[in-house]
Amino acid sequence: MNTLLIIASKEVRDGLRNRWVVATTMLMAALALTLSFLGAAPTGTVGVGPVEVTIVSLSSLTIFLLPLIALLLSFDAVVGDIDRGTMTLLLSYPVARWQVLLGKFLGHAAIIAFATVLGYGAAGVALSMGEVAVGSESWQAYAAMIGSSVLLGAAFSALGFLASTLVRDRGTAAGIAVAVWLAFVLLYDMGLLGLLVADGGKTLNADVLNWLLLANPADTYRLFNLTGFKNVSLFAGTAGLAAHAQFSAATLLAVLAAWVAAPLAVAVALFTRKQI
Amino acid sequence: MTSNDPTLHVEGVSKRYGEQFAVCEVDLTVAPGECVAMVGHNGAGKSSLIKLMLGLTTPTAGRVRVLGGDPASAAASHIRRQVGFLPENVAFHPNMSGRETLDFYARLKGVSPRGNDALFERVGLEPAAVKRRVGTYSKGMRQRLALAQALLGGPKVLFLDEPTTGLDPALRQSFYAIIAALRDAGTTVLLCSHALTELEGQADRVVVMNRGRKVADGSLSTLRTLAQLPVRIRLTVPTDDLDGLARQVGSGAALTRLAGGVVELACANDDKVDLVRRISGSALPITDIEIVQPNLDEMYAHFLRREAAE
Repeated sequence: MNTLLIIASKEVRDGLRNRWVVATTMLMAALALTLSFLGAAPTGTVGVGPVEVTIVSLSSLTIFLLPLIALLLSFDAVVGDIDRGTMTLLLSYPVARWQVLLGKFLGHAAIIAFATVLGYGAAGVALSMGEVAVGSESWQAYAAMIGSSVLLGAAFSALGFLASTLVRDRGTAAGIAVAVWLAFVLLYDMGLLGLLVADGGKTLNADVLNWLLLANPADTYRLFNLTGFKNVSLFAGTAGLAAHAQFSAATLLAVLAAWVAAPLAVAVALFTRKQI
Repeated sequence: MTSNDPTLHVEGVSKRYGEQFAVCEVDLTVAPGECVAMVGHNGAGKSSLIKLMLGLTTPTAGRVRVLGGDPASAAASHIRRQVGFLPENVAFHPNMSGRETLDFYARLKGVSPRGNDALFERVGLEPAAVKRRVGTYSKGMRQRLALAQALLGGPKVLFLDEPTTGLDPALRQSFYAIIAALRDAGTTVLLCSHALTELEGQADRVVVMNRGRKVADGSLSTLRTLAQLPVRIRLTVPTDDLDGLARQVGSGAALTRLAGGVVELACANDDKVDLVRRISGSALPITDIEIVQPNLDEMYAHFLRREAAE
């Protein structure tokens, strides 16, 4: 346990030193603040709008941005250290390989959690200082959005770690990371949409579609945030969808957690057998 | 295990990457307090053998035992606690200071970072340098830091992969002084190098590697006898009459004229004493005499030639 923390804290320190943490936090805070101030512009006003509007716009943005940040941070984690020769030295120490991988992952997850909580939290503070009174249910939805965002980042971090253990070349790992992002964030939904249209509702019913959405962490995150809370789905225009949603919030969170655990487990299994 | 059991024991070990054998049927035994130098050019299998002994890779065939246990097993943590390793290309995080780097590795090894100051002093890193970022370090300072981390926790086995490449002669001397002190204290030291000449007087034994195979193993004098390389006697003589000189010192020596009025006589090691006696008995106007033993470079080349001929 101690070894895990030693390695994780070194990753965090590296992140602090090379300004990753600062840059990510600033980016998240800037975007969140911008969205919370301008998010209500479509309704005709500029100023802090209802929290729900912010949640809708912020979670949509998170789906694009956070996976990218997580993958950029993690694709180099293993293959880069092997390349630089640091891994050989590290593994000559009394540490188990799963400890190395999990420790590094914990460090990266902590960086993402820190940036998200601080960045989005700043927007939350701005919202609370606005003129509109915010109900406790809205705050719950906002907190759930922050929490699930951290989970989404962790899931893509885990995928990045898997890419990083899978290959022997940094360039290839970077390529895989970009491909993962494109596939899950952009292409998957387009493909699904195309499939639905082509199929014309013959074989692809709502059930199958729901399961297909769970097969993508980004869509799971979207489902959780846009259909989990009634007020939010009203603003998101997904109230109709929410009525049909067959998954509870807990299930969706569990699926996201599985998207963290599964790639990590595979990465650990691969890394344990890897000949460095 | 008792104090006389070998700390390193490699038995018929091969390691294959694809079709290529990086290490091929190597046997090696190293006792406590022994300093063994592994020589061979790039790709000879030195680093691959060290990786096997560190448990970073598993052998395709054969058995590796370090301090009595399998270094690649799940229970190797207690072995690794007693092993120090200086990799060929050390890369520390450039944004961390020397102290932070050593603290990190000390904690990983379960050693109190309080002893780090003494270690820094031992390897000769100044307190001012310790506070600086590793990114600003010179090659020599990085190598000192690398040695410091290898010495953490007073290891029983020390693997040094090309420890002196790129170091200036003064630094190399202090490096070997530290290694000699460790060896005298009972540490097993296995070091790789291709700077062969600097190993003379440092290593108890030399292992010559070529294309993954061990081609020779023994002390320097054993290897000299095995190689049967000629000893060269250099005479500074103010004469151009090589034939006359040959008549006077007799047979059994090949003569060559070198620059600066020096004549070189090459003879077998066993004839050396006789030849010197004949030279001193002759009336030659010799102003200087020098006996040149075959150095490690020449012996290494000899073993490689023999290997190629087989």
